[in-house]
Amino acid sequence: MRHRTRSFMRGGAVALVLALAATISIAGQTQSAAPAAPKAAPANAAAGKAYKAPRTPDGQPDLQGFWTNSTYVPLERPNGVTKEFYTPAEAEAAIKAAAERESEQTEPGTTADVHYDFSQFGLDRSQSKFAMNLRTSLIVDPADGKIPPVNAQGQKRAQERAAARKSAGGQYDAVENMPIGSRCIIMGGAGPPLQNAGYNANYQIVQSPGYVMILTEMIHDVRIIPLDDRPQPPSQVRQWVGLSRGRWEGDTLVVETTNFNGKNAFRGASENMKVTERFTRTADDAISYKFTVEDPTTWDRSWTADAPLVKTEGPIFEFACHETNYGIANILAGARADEKKVAEQKKGSN
Amino acid sequence: MRNRLLIGTTLALMAGWLLPVLTRVAAQAPASPAYRAPRTPDGKPNLNGIWQTMNTANWNIEPHPAGPSPARELGAAGAVPAGLGIVDGGEIPYLPAARKKQQENYANRLKLDPEIKCYLPGVPRATYQGMPFQIIQSTKHIMLIHEFAGAVRTIYMTDQTEAPADSWMGWSNGRWEGETLVVDTKGFNDLSWLDRAGNFHSDALHVVERFTPRSAETITYDVTLEDSKVFSRPWKMSMPLYKHVERNAQILEFRCVEFVEDLLYGHLRKQPAK
Repeated sequence: MRHRTRSFMRGGAVALVLALAATISIAGQTQSAAPAAPKAAPANAAAGKAYKAPRTPDGQPDLQGFWTNSTYVPLERPNGVTKEFYTPAEAEAAIKAAAERESEQTEPGTTADVHYDFSQFGLDRSQSKFAMNLRTSLIVDPADGKIPPVNAQGQKRAQERAAARKSAGGQYDAVENMPIGSRCIIMGGAGPPLQNAGYNANYQIVQSPGYVMILTEMIHDVRIIPLDDRPQPPSQVRQWVGLSRGRWEGDTLVVETTNFNGKNAFRGASENMKVTERFTRTADDAISYKFTVEDPTTWDRSWTADAPLVKTEGPIFEFACHETNYGIANILAGARADEKKVAEQKKGSN
Repeated sequence: MRNRLLIGTTLALMAGWLLPVLTRVAAQAPASPAYRAPRTPDGKPNLNGIWQTMNTANWNIEPHPAGPSPARELGAAGAVPAGLGIVDGGEIPYLPAARKKQQENYANRLKLDPEIKCYLPGVPRATYQGMPFQIIQSTKHIMLIHEFAGAVRTIYMTDQTEAPADSWMGWSNGRWEGETLVVDTKGFNDLSWLDRAGNFHSDALHVVERFTPRSAETITYDVTLEDSKVFSRPWKMSMPLYKHVERNAQILEFRCVEFVEDLLYGHLRKQPAK
């Protein structure tokens, strides 16, 4: 698990030396390398056809199976891009550029480079199936493809959080100061909303009468969504991933999540965040996934993203993160050793 | 039924001539003989629900008296409740060296018990660890989702393969035998324990669990454990699972990593400059 922690240490700066070559090969042979991709993209392709989702034995639209939301499409539209969709050629160029940026993050012969070599299959998203999408941003509302500006209340909270972090000391002073992904508490992807985790962006959906379960590969995070009309638990019960309630609106699974604890602040949101997700099976190998984020204490308006899921191959293997999290202990021990060295040097020079 | 059996037993002990009658009753009695569980829409016994055990097995699966808390500060709140044990025959058939290791584990349990560190609990400990778990039963996959550490198991009813690698929760393939869900699990690592008393297994562990509905709100849970590196023969444990019937029952988050970080990494905290 060490490599996982290290990649988070680098703020997601995963080294992708071979990504460029791999990406070109995918671009050249999309059909064989990522067979589901053309069908999944763009999201508007499926909308016109009256696809009828298969049913579970109890009659729910069937979302079951293994899915991924891995993508090269950024959540927010890059600066300078003004249109909503790329042409296929432009999309390929954007993917290539993204892969190049990622590959620049290691230099041949460095430790980071070796790190990439041994972990490339797990970390290089261009080698796994990804959701091909011609969108220039996952955000579809507001129309500029950007998260709305943070309002005064949100800015005040951001300042308070920054001040609290500063007073807690340096990132390597204590385990609580380190990123929650490195601590194996929660990793990108689990959501809600489901987010492209960068690697291992895989999900398993299983349905039983009255329930939909979503297993996120990263840290075996499970969300059990009840579909009856039970009330939301009282506001004292708060969770890292909130509490979800679901219902079917026609063939669309609508899931509303509140009761967040605010400790995994999504894009600066507070514990008041509400996420509404819509899952619609649009093809045998595709689920349209849209989510809307609301938090009046952070943004003056809601925002919505369209981040389709494509079918991938299972099974999902156990992701035991915390159990062998040598990274945390080694990083903290390294920081203490460095401090000791500096202190001794100081003593010596006196 | 149980009371009638008890009376029958008493009478039989008092008067030997009653024995044939008792035998007849007993033959009719095994684990709610004719109970037929409601079916899922695809025609299988319906195990869906939130389940929990009601015993002290997580403290010690072998018979044990009550005892003091292993952490002094917790006093009676952390004390060990007595238990009759869940092991068939009472005692685990350890190889001699393994029993010695279990005793060492017990002596050092505050340092060694993986539960204290919020590690994945393994199988079958996850079942009787004391927290609820939910069964999400589908045709191809049956999910067991435990509140403790969010531990999750996928039981493959189709597309069955060997374990691709060792893991904490093992690799489970399932099948239906009449009313019973039979789950065959291998591919364990040797890091999980069976309880807080240091009972343990190796990576050769092979677990077969049998989930048999015995009423609308109970399941008989029978387990066979085989591990030639640790046990002299296969052995069994058995206990009922009880269903949560409160309408709002749900598995809540017990993301315990953050509760153990100071315990595990506190010694690596930066000390204030002197």
